[in-house]
Amino acid sequence: MEPKFYVSSSPHITDNESIPKIMYGVMLSLIPATAGAIYFFGIRAGWIILLSIVSAMATEGILQKLMKKSVTIKDGSAMVTGILLAFNLPAEVPWWIPVIGSVFAIGIGKIPFGGLGYNPMNPALLGRAFLLASWPTHLTIFKTIPRGGTISGIDVITNATPLNVFKIAKASILAEQVQDYDVAIRQLYDSYSNLFVGRVGGCLGETSALLLLIGALYLIYKRYISLKVPVSYILTVALLSWIFGGTEGFFSGDPLFHVLAGGLILGAFFMATDMVTSPVTAKGRIIFGIGCGVITVIIRLVGGYPEGVSYSILLMNLTVPLINRYTRPKVFGEVKRS
Amino acid sequence: MWFKSKSFKGGVHPPENKAFSDNKVIEKLPLPERVVIPLAQHIGAPAEPIVSVGDEVKTGQKIGQSKGFVSVPCHASISGIVKKIEPRPHPVGGDVLAIEIEGDGNDIMSQDFDFNPDYMVQSVDEMKENILEAGIAGMGGATFPTHVKLSPPPDKTIDTLILNGAECEPFLTSDARLMIEFPKEIIEGLRILMKILNCKRGYIAIEKNKPNAISLFHKLINDSKQSDINVVGLKVKYPQGAEKQLIKAIVNRNVPAGGLPMDVGCLVQNVGTAKAVYDAISKKLPLIERVVTVTGKGIKEPKNVLARIGTPFQQVIDFCGGLTDDAAKIINGGPMMGIAQFDLEVPVIKGTSGIVILNTKQAILPQPQPCISCARCVDSCPMGLMPNYLATLVENQKFEQAKEFNIKDCIECGSCSYVCPSKIRHVHLFKFGKMHVAKMMKPAA
Repeated sequence: MEPKFYVSSSPHITDNESIPKIMYGVMLSLIPATAGAIYFFGIRAGWIILLSIVSAMATEGILQKLMKKSVTIKDGSAMVTGILLAFNLPAEVPWWIPVIGSVFAIGIGKIPFGGLGYNPMNPALLGRAFLLASWPTHLTIFKTIPRGGTISGIDVITNATPLNVFKIAKASILAEQVQDYDVAIRQLYDSYSNLFVGRVGGCLGETSALLLLIGALYLIYKRYISLKVPVSYILTVALLSWIFGGTEGFFSGDPLFHVLAGGLILGAFFMATDMVTSPVTAKGRIIFGIGCGVITVIIRLVGGYPEGVSYSILLMNLTVPLINRYTRPKVFGEVKRS
Repeated sequence: MWFKSKSFKGGVHPPENKAFSDNKVIEKLPLPERVVIPLAQHIGAPAEPIVSVGDEVKTGQKIGQSKGFVSVPCHASISGIVKKIEPRPHPVGGDVLAIEIEGDGNDIMSQDFDFNPDYMVQSVDEMKENILEAGIAGMGGATFPTHVKLSPPPDKTIDTLILNGAECEPFLTSDARLMIEFPKEIIEGLRILMKILNCKRGYIAIEKNKPNAISLFHKLINDSKQSDINVVGLKVKYPQGAEKQLIKAIVNRNVPAGGLPMDVGCLVQNVGTAKAVYDAISKKLPLIERVVTVTGKGIKEPKNVLARIGTPFQQVIDFCGGLTDDAAKIINGGPMMGIAQFDLEVPVIKGTSGIVILNTKQAILPQPQPCISCARCVDSCPMGLMPNYLATLVENQKFEQAKEFNIKDCIECGSCSYVCPSKIRHVHLFKFGKMHVAKMMKPAA
């Protein structure tokens, strides 16, 4: 028979976006922070990131092969998971930590649910949560001093992330113990430039607000992320830590310190905005961001951990179906049901 | 006020691709040797044939009688002999009873169709009757019978009449050309429609990518001091020409979900329909020809042609230099809402605003991937729906829930599928889902 014509339902044209394009866009946006990680923490950081990416992709590929599904490692989503997981690890973790983390992230957090698009929680964060629960010592020791120095005066503490120092110092002050901690806290508050540039202890990718924001600007420009989540998240953290985060009663906290310290910028712009695990409605995104902010501050100020970004996002991930359901957009011309 | 950009919420920005044909003057297609006139070229009950095989017919002669109120008659578009009356492939899908006429090449008119300069003195009922008898159905593509739209129930008053010259579909330029070449006829058509509805305010709505048409209308209306007609420049955004979105943009009224424009005192007519109305009232000329844009990468010489209703696509395409070697998809209408054809024997009908021909590269749509909840569809839906949820619901045959999620409000504009990075075929699913929802609701009624 003579070749005829293609038929399909309308529309007959689509725009140029695709899943790989979005994923590689996200990867591109993470390059400044990756470069920063290698600069601040040495070449070892690069190896950890690479190892994490390779094991994430390998896990996805092998599992899909075993299950006789089409292999989707080229779409870039496993690579993004690998990078983000590595970003959440300290520089001196043993080599098997990123490997196990990635295997868990992809093998438990993503593929069993049906792969990309069906995972209820952010796989990278799930991997980190698993690692933190299983090998807490490896994940909470930050011995590598970042190039360019750290915040001076706090070398007394080995687990030297700003939030850690803050937590211990605040607890000590409130218990009216050693007065030296007063100095430590003041030093923390005076170290905005270090916090902003990333010359502080912490996980590989979380320390430099500057480099993360450069990447985030690209994502916003490409419209791959909506500003509603990060803005509502960060504002909530700032507000609540201003009210409750100080050592001298209400409204004595330092909001800027709490925004810049720890993994908030990384979490708010790159992980809470994960398309698959964040709400699809405009209102829902704001609720999601506020929820993340509230949980983060609760964990930071009263919880057992110094940092709560990853748990807050994971918990809020689970509320997404509910949020979507209750924030359905108004249908055009919808008449109020009386 | 015309320079102010007006619009609606949501929407997408597909490449306009109008340059293929927007400067091409409308060319009259040579008289076809034969025409196939489907008896259903409109929404509503099909017309009934009133001629038999072997009959001689003249151009403009009524050959199909409207059946019921929501129905329009159809007319012979050439003179000749009725060859066959049988179901034929229809550009909107399926086989539909059609009358095939073999032309005698003389184009003998059934009557004079002389211009009557006093056409405006006709009574409203006379005008409506003439519109019905001319077989006019909405020429923007939806083909809703025009006389029905012009007969609102007595409890509804129409205070605003909007002529839709948005032409937001990419590629199409038939309305644009019509507006540039027949602006006076269109304005007169609007006057007639306003008189019929006793409507005090008329708008001519044009997307701003047609500045020539906007300034032309602006000038004509200013010169003749017709202060009750406004020309409105609309933001270039798809689907700007959708009825409800257009009303929102122009008079900021929300047509209720499930309601009609007349519920908010508005009526929207395509500019082509206005021209047809003018012809019907001033010359008693039935709708036997229309402007068709033949365009796309798959056609050798893109053109705007004036084609007799019933002309097979093949002949229109031949007139435009024929298909290119890589032509792969033939669309009746625009690329966002038009219908792909498998056969070039289908005829031009009253709603054929264009024939868009895509090449192989454009025609092969990528395989759908899983939804990644990017929400681009939710952000772009002009109706405020959640296409991602609806698609999942329909895929899993949860029609009850799909109804709950307002699937019936979907206007099938295709914005969701257009922006989807996973290339999910939402509209395909929604058409299927709506069909089931409609079935579901029937026994209850």
